[in-house]
Amino acid sequence: MERIGLSTGWRIVCGAWMAGVIAAAFIGVGPAAGFREPEAARILFFHVPVAWLAVLGFLGATFHAVRYLRRRNPAADIRAVASAEMGFLFCVLATLSGALFARVQWGAAWNWDPRQTSIVALLLVYAAYFTLRSAVAEPERRAALSAVYAIVATLPMLFLVFILPRVVESLHPADTVRSGGMSPDYRVVFFAALGAFTLLYLWIYRLRVAVGELERVACRHSMK
Amino acid sequence: MRSPDGGPEVPAEVFLAVRDLAKSFGRLGLFRGVSFELSPGEALVVTGRNGSGKSTLVRILCGLLRPTRGSIEYRVGERLVPGRDVKRLVGLVSPDLVLYEELTLLENLRFFARVRGLRRSDRELQTLLTQVGLESEGARRAGTLSTGMRQRLRFAHALLHEPPVLLLDEPTANLDDAGVAMARACMARQRSRGILVVATNNREELELGDQILRLGG
Amino acid sequence: MAEAGAVFLKDLQQELRNRYALNAMALFAITTLVVVGFAVGSQALPASVVAALLWVVLLFTAVASLSRVFLREEETGTALALRLAVEPEHVYLGKLLFNVVLLGAMALVVAPLFLAVMQARVGNPGLLALVLLLGCIGLAAASTIVAAIIARAAARGALFGGLAFPLLLPVLIAATGGTTRALEGAPLGAAWAELRLLLSFGVVMITASLLLFEHVWNE
Repeated sequence: MERIGLSTGWRIVCGAWMAGVIAAAFIGVGPAAGFREPEAARILFFHVPVAWLAVLGFLGATFHAVRYLRRRNPAADIRAVASAEMGFLFCVLATLSGALFARVQWGAAWNWDPRQTSIVALLLVYAAYFTLRSAVAEPERRAALSAVYAIVATLPMLFLVFILPRVVESLHPADTVRSGGMSPDYRVVFFAALGAFTLLYLWIYRLRVAVGELERVACRHSMK
Repeated sequence: MRSPDGGPEVPAEVFLAVRDLAKSFGRLGLFRGVSFELSPGEALVVTGRNGSGKSTLVRILCGLLRPTRGSIEYRVGERLVPGRDVKRLVGLVSPDLVLYEELTLLENLRFFARVRGLRRSDRELQTLLTQVGLESEGARRAGTLSTGMRQRLRFAHALLHEPPVLLLDEPTANLDDAGVAMARACMARQRSRGILVVATNNREELELGDQILRLGG
Repeated sequence: MAEAGAVFLKDLQQELRNRYALNAMALFAITTLVVVGFAVGSQALPASVVAALLWVVLLFTAVASLSRVFLREEETGTALALRLAVEPEHVYLGKLLFNVVLLGAMALVVAPLFLAVMQARVGNPGLLALVLLLGCIGLAAASTIVAAIIARAAARGALFGGLAFPLLLPVLIAATGGTTRALEGAPLGAAWAELRLLLSFGVVMITASLLLFEHVWNE
C-alpha cells in the first residue's frame, strides 16, 4: 500500500527534526536579553514560523485559485482548499501563540496592536472563505466562486499583514529576523524551527490533498 | 443581415452542429449522446417528459450552460463562433425569462436594444410590439401584464436583434388563439431565414420540425 | 461603455421607481445617527473617535444596501435576460457605477448630518470631501464584487456582511485616518499616505473585479 502524505523516511526526519527544535528551543539556547521576560522570547521559534505559514497557506490558496480559473481543473480546487485549511490551522496557532506572548510580555492577551489585528483579520478572511464554500452546493460553482473570493481578498490581506503593521506604530517586536537583531545561536534554532514547521505543513497538506483526490474519485464512481 | 446604421453585424448564415452532448449536475445525469446538425431554414423539435432536460438543453444551446461532455459548434461560414459570442446569435423564449417589472414595455425594449449595441428607434420598437400583438401596451409597466401578454413580450424581446437562431421553450404556453397564431407566424418567419429550435410537449408543434429529438429515453 | 451606462441607468430607473434600497439606507442611516447621538450625548469626542464612528455608519449603510444590485436580478429572475444580452464587463461596470453613486449620495447626506450631531469641527473640508469620495469608491468596489459572488450562492443576504468585512478593513483604516486628519484641519499632504492607499485600493479592486467578474457571472 503506498503511503500518502510523506514517505516513511521523511516522516522520521520530520519527527526527529521537530523534536530537536523543541529541545534546542528550551535547552540549547539561553534566554534573550532585550525582552521583558527573557525566557518568553523562546516563543519566537514557534510563533513566527507558524505565522509565516499562515500567510503562505493563503497565498497557496490564491495560487491554486488562479490555476483553477484558468483551466477549470478540479485538482487545483482541491489544492486551494487544502492550502486554505492549512493556512487557517496555522493562523489559529499564530493568534493563540501571539496572545500568549502578549500576556507574558505586556500583561494583556489582547492590545489591538496592528499585528494582532491583522492576524485576526486573516482569520476572518479564512472564515469567510469557508463560509462561502459551505453555501454553494454545486462543486464547479463552489470552486469558481471561492477562487474569485480568494483572489479578490489577496490585496486586502497583503495590506493588513505586511503594510499596516509598518505604517501604524506597534508594540510588536520589529523585524528581528531580517534586521539581524538575533544572536547567532538563536538564528540557527529559528531557521531550524522554520524548516521543521514547513515540513510539518507539507506533510499535513499532502495528506489533505490525497483525501480530497480520493473523495473526487469516489464521487465519480458513484455516478457511473 | 442588419445593419448599416452602426449596430453590430448579425451574420446571415449560421450553422449549428451538436455532437455527443451530455449534461449532468453533480451526480444527477440528465441526458447523453445528443447529436444533431442544423442549417439555415431548418427546424428541430425537442420533446420529452418533464424533467428530461429539454430546458437544460436549450440553455446549453444559448451558450449559458457548459455541457458535461460533447461539443456545440456554431459556424458562420467557415468560422467557428467563440463561446462568448454565441449569445449574440441567439434569441430565447422561455418561461424562466423575466423582464424588468418596474420598467414599461418600451423602456424594457429600449434597454435591451441599447445593451446589445443596437440602434432601434422608438418607431421600430413599436413595430415590434405590434408584431406580437402588444401595440397599445407600450407604456404599461411590465409588471402589470397578464401571463399571456408576458409571453408575447418574450417574443418581442427575443426578436429584437433578429437572431439567426431562435430557441423556443414551451412557446405557446399561456397564449390564447390569437397568441398561438402570432407564435406560429414567428416560427414560420424564423424558418425562412435561420434556425429554429422548439422544445415542447405540444403534439401540434411536433409537426413543425424537420428533425425531432426525444429526450429521456 | 455605452452599454455599461445603459445598465447603470436601468438600475437607477428601477431604484427611483420602487426605492427599496434608498428607503432601507435612509432608515438605517437615520436610526444609527439617532442611536449614536443619544449614546454620545453632549460629550466632546476626539477627532479620531468621530472619524471612526462616521465610517462605521457608512460601512453599515453599505452592507445594508449594496448587495441589492445583484440579488435583485437573481431573485426576480431578470438575470437570465441580462446574461443573454450584455457582456459581463458591462454588467459589472454599470452595477459598480450604480453602487458608487448610491453610496456617494448617502454619504453626502449622512456625513454632514453626522458631523452636526457630533458637533464636530471640520478643519479641512476639502480633504474630508476627498477622503469621503475615495473611501466610498473603495467600499463600493469591494462590495460590488462580493455582492456578485453571494448572488450566486445559497444563503445570499446573510453572507454579504461576513464576506465583505475583511475586504473592507483596509478602506476603513485608511479612511478613518484620513478623516481624522481632515477634522483636525491638517493639510492635504498630511493625509497623503491614506489617500494614496485609498486610491490604489480602489484601482486594484476594480481592475481585479473586472478581470474576475465573468467567472462569477457566467454559469
